[in-house]
Amino acid sequence: MAAGQVQLRVERVAKQFGGVTAVDEVSLEVREGEILSVIGPNGAGKTSLLNMVSGFYKPDRGHILFEGEDITNLPPSRIAELGVARTFQNIALFKGMTVLDNLMLGRHVRMKAGVFASFVYWGFAQKEEIAHREKVEDLLEFLKLEDLRKMPTGALSYGLQKRVELGRALALEPKVLLLDEPMGGMNQEEKEDMARYVLDVNEERGTTVILIEHDMGVVMDISRRVVVLDRGRAIAEGDPKSVQGNPAVIRAYLGTKASGKKAA
Amino acid sequence: MFHRESGYYKTSYAADMALYPLPIARWTVAAVALATCIAPFVLHEYYVSILNLIMVATVGALGLNILVGYTGQISIGHAAFMSVGAYTAANLAVRLDLPFWVTLPAGGLMAAAIGAIVGIPSLRIKGLYLAIATLAGQLIIEWTINHVPWISGGAQASIEVPRPTLFGTQLKTQFQLYWFLLFFAVLAIVGTLNLVRSRIGRAFIAIRDQDIAAEIIGINIFRYKLLAFAISSFYAGVTGVLYTYYLGIANYEQFQIVTSIDYLAMIIIGGLGSILGSIFGAIFVTLLPIVIRLGMENWGSFLFGDADIRNLIPNLRLILFGGLIILFLVLEPEGLNRLWRNIRSYFRVWPFSY
Repeated sequence: MAAGQVQLRVERVAKQFGGVTAVDEVSLEVREGEILSVIGPNGAGKTSLLNMVSGFYKPDRGHILFEGEDITNLPPSRIAELGVARTFQNIALFKGMTVLDNLMLGRHVRMKAGVFASFVYWGFAQKEEIAHREKVEDLLEFLKLEDLRKMPTGALSYGLQKRVELGRALALEPKVLLLDEPMGGMNQEEKEDMARYVLDVNEERGTTVILIEHDMGVVMDISRRVVVLDRGRAIAEGDPKSVQGNPAVIRAYLGTKASGKKAA
Repeated sequence: MFHRESGYYKTSYAADMALYPLPIARWTVAAVALATCIAPFVLHEYYVSILNLIMVATVGALGLNILVGYTGQISIGHAAFMSVGAYTAANLAVRLDLPFWVTLPAGGLMAAAIGAIVGIPSLRIKGLYLAIATLAGQLIIEWTINHVPWISGGAQASIEVPRPTLFGTQLKTQFQLYWFLLFFAVLAIVGTLNLVRSRIGRAFIAIRDQDIAAEIIGINIFRYKLLAFAISSFYAGVTGVLYTYYLGIANYEQFQIVTSIDYLAMIIIGGLGSILGSIFGAIFVTLLPIVIRLGMENWGSFLFGDADIRNLIPNLRLILFGGLIILFLVLEPEGLNRLWRNIRSYFRVWPFSY
């Protein structure tokens, strides 16, 4: 898997909330087709960084470029349209809707029917619905959700909800997929399934993946590169092995002897 | 025989996405359609006039439900948008002598434009605050129409409008108006059914359920909220035009804040986010005062004197109305539509209870 050219460039972005610096001059280059993991202790600024990439936060300083275009100040819906999809740490599905409708909504930006076409339905809108339904069915098959397609997502288990959310993000046919703790709260088996899906998406569709994850086993297994954040700063970057042995990283996670903290 | 899915196999996505996938549902719709076609021939003119009112109310209730029930944005200005449609059409019909097929969409479009403007605050504010903002819209529009003679036609702020003409005949009787109104009511029902099951409607529901998630999948929330206001107001405008043609006069008194509340009551009692519920609600709220009046006139004398009855009828309506809204909010927040579905699913699983 040869890494392509730089697809997403984060240039010295900084974000403060009141007196707290959440992200402090972080720069990042994400190459086309790679799996990049962002790790770090709680409160390191991982999610804040992701929120800036997807447009929910506007950075105080710095720029974010996607395929050469400055997306720093674009609204989230526009960034999604460009091909950046994401999932949330604490699942943001449409709970009353079925799995199918959630995924169909994921295709919103790829569909075109306007008010008039929707009102008339028979004709353009119906044809479009069927065409996109076929794509969604492919996804349901890929994620093994076929038998649940008419279930309201609120009734599904936590692990399945995370899978549906991945499906909704994939329905957008993203170029870059931002995953915020996709394995949080899962058991070992569910984690393995999710890791397999992420790898498959990356390999079969060539989708770039940016992953925030706390499970070090998963991170070390599937990522090509790892970036470590601590207190808003990027303290290390490299392939999983080198990061693992990096003294700064060990210090960030375990503390130093002088501070008297014990390893957890 | 019952509303059961079992045994019907769909072989295409089109069949799976049909409005009424089950034969029994299609038969029900056909039966209702047949009844609506026979009704004006067998019913007395007075009852036909009630059906006409129900059909007008249905269009308005559907519009409000798109905004409140499906998109989750509250509006207390629905009646004001109706008045915008009514006065636009009345002015066009009287001054320029335009036919209904011009004034009707014109009234709708004008209402949509004004509605979108009133909806602008919805980007920043939600819930109660949005309710107050739309209330302000209602009052401003009401005042403007009442105080600008150029719009309201001067005396009593009312404009007499000739009844619509179709194929050279003027629709004067309730029987003739019935078919005129039925056409638009059916158009509104089918159109709304289509709208909420395709791309635009799904986006509305997404905004109602989870606005952050809606944004992350590429729905421009502001644009869609304004669109919901515009579509809802378009329906309201059309309702106003239909009502004006029905009454033969555009009068602001028909579109005051009480009417806005009536329409909110329709969708709450009928069922938020439900098309069948909008129809149920329109029927219920239109019939309620009529039933109360008939009941009091016929049986009220057992309890009250004649003078009391005349005082009681309008007030009883308000009391029952308030009571029913509370009752529904507490006992069946999903409205009549939910009751109907409960009945249906009882038979669906019969003879078992699960």
